[in-house]
Amino acid sequence: MNTLLRVEDIHKCYGKERVLTGVSFEMMKGDTKVIIGPSGTGKSTLLRCINRLTPADKGRVWLEDEEITHTRTNINRIRAQIGFVFQDFNLFSHLTALGNVRIAPTKVKGMKKAEATRLAMEELERVGLADKAGAYPAELSGGQQQRVSIARALAMSPKLILFDEPTSALDPELIGEVLDVMISLAKEGMTMLVVTHEMGFARAVADEIIFMERGIIVEHGPPAQLFSSPKHRRTGEFLHKITELYGETV
Amino acid sequence: MIEGLRAIWPFIPGLLRASLINIELLLALIVVGFVVGTVVALLQVYGGRFLGTLARIYEWIFRSIPALVLLFLFYYGPPRFGLDISSFAAATLALGFRSSAYQSQIFRGAILTTPTGQMMAARSMGMSRVRAIVTIVLPQAFRLSIPGWTNEFSSVVKDTTLAYAVGFNEVMRSARIIMDSAYELAMLAFIAVALVFLVLTYAGNAAMGGVERKFRIPGLQMPGSGAKDHGR
Amino acid sequence: MVFKWEWVGKLAEGLPLTLEITFTCIAIGIVLGVLLALARVYGNRPLRAVCGVYIQFFRGTPLLVQLFMIYFGLPNWGIKLSPFISGILALGLNTAAYQAEYFRGAIQAVRGGQLLAARSLGMSLPQAIRYVILPQAFRLVLPSWSNEFILMLKYSSIVFTIALLDLMGQGKRLASRNFRFFEVFIVVALFYLALVFVVTQILRLIERRVRIPGLGTEGEAR
Repeated sequence: MNTLLRVEDIHKCYGKERVLTGVSFEMMKGDTKVIIGPSGTGKSTLLRCINRLTPADKGRVWLEDEEITHTRTNINRIRAQIGFVFQDFNLFSHLTALGNVRIAPTKVKGMKKAEATRLAMEELERVGLADKAGAYPAELSGGQQQRVSIARALAMSPKLILFDEPTSALDPELIGEVLDVMISLAKEGMTMLVVTHEMGFARAVADEIIFMERGIIVEHGPPAQLFSSPKHRRTGEFLHKITELYGETV
Repeated sequence: MIEGLRAIWPFIPGLLRASLINIELLLALIVVGFVVGTVVALLQVYGGRFLGTLARIYEWIFRSIPALVLLFLFYYGPPRFGLDISSFAAATLALGFRSSAYQSQIFRGAILTTPTGQMMAARSMGMSRVRAIVTIVLPQAFRLSIPGWTNEFSSVVKDTTLAYAVGFNEVMRSARIIMDSAYELAMLAFIAVALVFLVLTYAGNAAMGGVERKFRIPGLQMPGSGAKDHGR
Repeated sequence: MVFKWEWVGKLAEGLPLTLEITFTCIAIGIVLGVLLALARVYGNRPLRAVCGVYIQFFRGTPLLVQLFMIYFGLPNWGIKLSPFISGILALGLNTAAYQAEYFRGAIQAVRGGQLLAARSLGMSLPQAIRYVILPQAFRLVLPSWSNEFILMLKYSSIVFTIALLDLMGQGKRLASRNFRFFEVFIVVALFYLALVFVVTQILRLIERRVRIPGLGTEGEAR
């Protein structure tokens, strides 16, 4: 199959609340897709359903030929191939930046420490933080922490990276440095699924924007199309509003 | 097993009566601890360098010496100086002063948590230092200390059994008497004592929770009070 | 009041036993406490309940009762243990219950997001616990453990009631011979003060060595 990621008919309820209803889409290798929508519409939940951090109630997900949602699948092996960048960074507080990037290749992939260190330094270099390798998370700014967290995801050579509102917890001046890293990743051909409000980023590198509201996909298409001639009025309204609020940071 | 229960039954009332003595001791020592603890705390905060340091040394001494050693010192000490002392009094003083060291820390923390701005406001209205302390700081500090005190209460209730070591006639002694008269009842006797304390602890915590709730002031809270669980 | 220098020597004979008992029971307490805490946080319902009962019992009943149950009570059930074993068992089981709670608090203080991050990287739950949660929990719990060590140092004195010759036991023995209870126990008190002082300094040093910026006692856990 050419498709890298296939999400089919995902449903999720939290108690009585329906968070996701029948969400389906596909991604090819090298795609960069951005999911937008009002808060609480299940965007983050969708990402977590993809790597099963949250189990979906119904529906299936495939990574290439492997069905992630199948009960017999070794989920750890799948997760090692999918990177996840959290809104709150979630760096390991007891490890340095280098330690954070190095730990998964060492413990999950069984890489030798020397090789993992070399790899980790490469990734830190890639996000522009090689000089901070020995710093602890508490000693880094928010933007730096998030970049380390991206390096941590990259160190596993993932097939796909999921970004859950990566810049929402950052001070405005620090957003740029993270988006720059993400843009260069997209240009290098990384397959990325990003939940964000940063329209500048979407305009610059997204192959497709997916607009979600109340747990369903309302519309999706290339940025230019959605901005100029959206099929649904809601889509246009929302895009207009967030471009107003968040401007073009790129 | 049933045999044992039947054999021990006649001893139970005596055991329960003895545990009342533990409760008496608990109340007495808490009062001593409260009075002395408050004084020590005030000295540490408002006493100036000399008195403050003395107070701190006092606290350190009574927290570092084991309860058992203190019991011995207070039991055998007074006779050395010609004073007669009952084991109840000795135990009350020994455990009471010890508790005062912990209670002073609770109270001191509470005093320090009261915002200094209020003190300044009181002084700027013309109140003397003492007046300000008594009318503004202390009432709030007392309220803040309540969780710490209830904690102290449940910590120290178990320590009352240590008085056994200086021949005090409380529940452990009662259990030993049962054991000495019928060795095969030893385990049951101690299980009975354990149950008494489990009930006491549970009831005590419930009561303390009620006290805390009654005296709570919204917005008035203290970050993690004193030394928890120092009683065994 | 008369003090004799030779008392120091006689009392010091009890020091090795006091230290041995303290170290041993703390060691038992750490191992058992960590296991109990892990069971309470990650175990299934029945396991959590059983551990809960254990902890409630050993925290809700006096140490002296626990000691006597083991030394005097167990023989009723056919188990006869030496005073030394009884002592470390009682103290060890007791401190384990308290340490379990402290450690559980420390585990829960590690922010949940880090566990999610570990799993999202492909770590299994045991791996995530071992490489992310535990290293942080051990650092966070250090102050409570230091406190517990000092506490056990003091409560080790309880074993004199079953005729063990630790520092306290030696004191009682000496005093019973020369009838100078008060003076002897002043010296015993001084011994304990010195012990507590030295041990406190050592523990503080250890805490400082292990410190990681941002993983403080006050900071991270709130």
